Amino acid sequence: MTVKAQQRSALLNILLITVLVVWMVMAAFPFLWTLWGSFKVEGDFFSKANWANSLTGTLTKTETGSAFTGMGYHGAWVKEAFGIAAINTVIVCLFVVTISLTFGTLGGYALSRSTYRYTFWFLIIALIFRAMPPVTLVSGYLPVFFKWNMWGHLPTAILVLVAINQPFTLWMLHSFFKNIPKDLDESAMVDGCNRFQAFRYVIVPVMWPGVITTGLFSFLLAYNDFAVTAMILSKENQTMVPKIAGFLGSTQVKGNVMFAVAAVVSVTAPLFVMIMVFQRQIVSGLTAGAVKG
Amino acid sequence: MKHKTFFWFVLPSSVAMLLFIFVPIISVVVQSLHVEHEQVIISVENCGPFGCTQATTIDQEATKKLLEAEPLGRFSGFDTYADRNHLAVEDVSQAWDKADNWRDFGSQILNLPFYKAMSFTLAYTFIVTPLVLIVGFIIAVAVNGAVKAIRGPIIFFSLLPMMVTPLVGSLIIFWMVDARGVLGSMLQVLAGDPELSVKASTPLTWVMLMFYGVWHSAPFAFIVYYAGLQTVNQDTLESAMIDGANRWEQIRYVIIPHLLPLTTFIALMQLMDNFRVFEPIVSFAASAHATSLSWSIYNDLGGEVRQLSSAAATSVLTIIGVAILLSPVLIRTWRDFSRK
Amino acid sequence: MFLKKMTVAAAVVLMSSQAYAACGISEGNVSIIGNEFPAIHTVANAAAACAGDGVEVKSNLTADHKEIHVAGMQGNPAEYSSAIIANSTLVALMNEDVVRPLDDLLAKHGEGIPKSNLITVDGKVMAVAFMANAQTLAYRKDVLAEAGVEVPTTYEEMLAAAKVIRDKGLMENPLGGAYKSGWNLAEEFVNMYIGHGGEFFKPGSAEPAINNEAGIATLEMLKALAEYMNPDYLTHDSNATNAEMEAGNVALMNMWGSRMGNLMDDEGAEEQVYSNIVVGGPLTVAGGSIPASTLWWDGWTVAKNVSDADAEATFLAMKNGISPDILTEETMGQAVWMIEGYTPAPVNDGVFAAIKAGTKPYPMLPYQGLLHTALGNNIADFLLGSESAEQSLADAEAAYVAAAKEKGFL
Repeated sequence: MTVKAQQRSALLNILLITVLVVWMVMAAFPFLWTLWGSFKVEGDFFSKANWANSLTGTLTKTETGSAFTGMGYHGAWVKEAFGIAAINTVIVCLFVVTISLTFGTLGGYALSRSTYRYTFWFLIIALIFRAMPPVTLVSGYLPVFFKWNMWGHLPTAILVLVAINQPFTLWMLHSFFKNIPKDLDESAMVDGCNRFQAFRYVIVPVMWPGVITTGLFSFLLAYNDFAVTAMILSKENQTMVPKIAGFLGSTQVKGNVMFAVAAVVSVTAPLFVMIMVFQRQIVSGLTAGAVKG
Repeated sequence: MKHKTFFWFVLPSSVAMLLFIFVPIISVVVQSLHVEHEQVIISVENCGPFGCTQATTIDQEATKKLLEAEPLGRFSGFDTYADRNHLAVEDVSQAWDKADNWRDFGSQILNLPFYKAMSFTLAYTFIVTPLVLIVGFIIAVAVNGAVKAIRGPIIFFSLLPMMVTPLVGSLIIFWMVDARGVLGSMLQVLAGDPELSVKASTPLTWVMLMFYGVWHSAPFAFIVYYAGLQTVNQDTLESAMIDGANRWEQIRYVIIPHLLPLTTFIALMQLMDNFRVFEPIVSFAASAHATSLSWSIYNDLGGEVRQLSSAAATSVLTIIGVAILLSPVLIRTWRDFSRK
Repeated sequence: MFLKKMTVAAAVVLMSSQAYAACGISEGNVSIIGNEFPAIHTVANAAAACAGDGVEVKSNLTADHKEIHVAGMQGNPAEYSSAIIANSTLVALMNEDVVRPLDDLLAKHGEGIPKSNLITVDGKVMAVAFMANAQTLAYRKDVLAEAGVEVPTTYEEMLAAAKVIRDKGLMENPLGGAYKSGWNLAEEFVNMYIGHGGEFFKPGSAEPAINNEAGIATLEMLKALAEYMNPDYLTHDSNATNAEMEAGNVALMNMWGSRMGNLMDDEGAEEQVYSNIVVGGPLTVAGGSIPASTLWWDGWTVAKNVSDADAEATFLAMKNGISPDILTEETMGQAVWMIEGYTPAPVNDGVFAAIKAGTKPYPMLPYQGLLHTALGNNIADFLLGSESAEQSLADAEAAYVAAAKEKGFL
């Protein structure tokens, strides 16, 4: 790295910095704008009169008396009990990530170690499974879930999300395990371990970086899912995204969009902490893992 | 690895996929080959708080008998696939016979819902996928060149487009590009046209949807590439430098080949996701200008009267489309696999 | 709105002790599915007040109710014993035969439910309505006065008024309307087509009959109106249209009665704007006497696939849900209630004017929903100017025919 840095010309430096600045603005500007706007009233944030109202807060001043208001946050968290949805989301994400990774590491490991042709077809079929649009899958589930009294419960949503997520998890972990030298577990087996013991005692300790990266993507899938959770969770078990959708209103009735904006902003903070904690592992995970595809 | 061990290792994920993906796919295929029974319709008088009107309703007694005889509905073979709302075989052949030239034929074909959806879906897939790869790669190289201390926050902000709930994220972007929103106003100034409205024009709506697609997916490519860059073999890089390779040549001959397998992985996932583009069309209320296959499915299932067979047929067509799209990549993977 | 909901919930809890005795349910399970908005919350909460020894009342109110309720009522026993629906949605439930006729329950417990609220199909009562809605005119009285035009009563007058307002430079795009491609646009077509005296189907059959002069006149009128709208009108749902109105960009628009309260309150707009918004009746078109609008009701049903005891409990709980007791100061403004003791506020003038003017209810035909979807997907092409009115209507008919064949209607 240091060698490269020394050799970098001034022109190249400027180019790199420009790319970074442009990208940072593009990636962060909408979010920062939202963060600022979440302390305004709806008439300002989604102002059809003049976008600058969002900066000055004209209506916010007339309606609340000050240029900033915490109404959106108060509405979402206190009046609408967004906290319950947040807890449900934490439960769903926690279980989806854990179960996906447990199933995925076992399957991915086997797929990377078996040399038979069926592993290739297994992976291809998993990929084709992923092509199925989730909307269709969900409409197929509904009659069955209602019949067997499975509809509305968190475990059902968790199972469905785990299943939908399996193809991606398998592909990613399979390529990760391919990069862990076969000698490691094979020498353990020579020493008298069976396959599972070799996996448990030799592979598990070195697999964390790849698992954490895959886990990040599983997490984002469960966390941002709308198609599945909106349709198969009952009201009291609702997760955050369908709850936010409920704030948006419908044709005949006005919603409360600022509740949604405030809710979205406030759930991004824990994500920041999460990325800060895991960023080193994310990078090293992919380093060791997906490199060879 | 022994067959038996393999079996036990893949059992949990196979069972999950079998129950929640494979079985539904089978039922969707079966559904797409059937249509509902002929409904026995009777004229009735409907009354309510606003007076009485003559209307019709379904004779449930008569329909029930038909349903008991054949619970799946009438077998229709590939009729649903061939009808006007899907492959429109008849209309295409008519258009072929009648059209005077290619242009005329093309416009008639694009008036059919399936081909209209297909045109946007394919354009979106083939424009967004390469752009995501390129943008993701450029950002990864730039971040890799940044000082270590600021990389953490940069990674967080770079991931934001992927992390903010699309439901609300796209709502905010949609407002921003409004003619009176902050980005829309900026575009008007840049274009020197105070009347410019992105949402009112079909080409600009397409550009907006694709721009959103790249913005939303570039972080995925970025994070994968960035990680890949950490493992570039420093010895190879240094020896290339000693051989007098300039920076561009280093990237061209060392870094890009190193990242090629990763590119396959990203391309595979992105091709598939972009082919199923759906959320931006709904959030940006763009269906007057652009539709996609997944949007058609959503539209069939979301109406007052659900069209299950139609949605099933479109879903099967989507799977086939994805399979065709991925086949070059898959053939490559198969060769790699066989070589081992 | 949401603040009110909480107070209502509290009020309902307080009332529940008396209400329990009034419900008269000894045992049973009640489970309600419906859309999520304050008026329906009020009804569901009042129904929940019947819960007690051996009586369980649950409700699932969500914007996605339409995707769930058929599946949720098809099982036996059904997950939901009652669905709260509107005219168009009742048809979807009846098509699948999941709701039961209420005649015997009405004979037994129907006392206090006004006859006029009963929705009958083929002589059988299928639902009980409790609130009404319709799209009517909303306008800015200050802008009309400044332009020197009368309040329009027809769409032709609306166009003329719009021209004056634009020519005088008062507003650039003085008209508003929920023309978002899809359901909203099709709804505008349905309104305008009924105003032109059109029939959607050949009598007594499911054959479409919209590609005619009335259909073309309807599309021409929609396009003429759109000329005076914000160029983005094909993306504007009622939220965006109302935002335009509140921002002071729009002087005249056709809007849902249920949304008027938000326009006239002091949130979201400058005083100059909200204090001058007035609600008018529905407009007519092309010299017709039937308003170019449709009447909607919301009501409740009882599921077919539940035990008779549960059905009875559901009936009683829902009856309690729409009893006059639910009308308090907070709930009064939530909707145009069709409940005894309801006193309308000025915001509801439009819906009442619509009922008085003989506005037709939204058609309750088993295949109307399919035509609605087909219209929503095809007529935007005409408004965008990429094809003729005849072609758009022919496309809509063709798309409908393909869908109706698949559903067994043709």
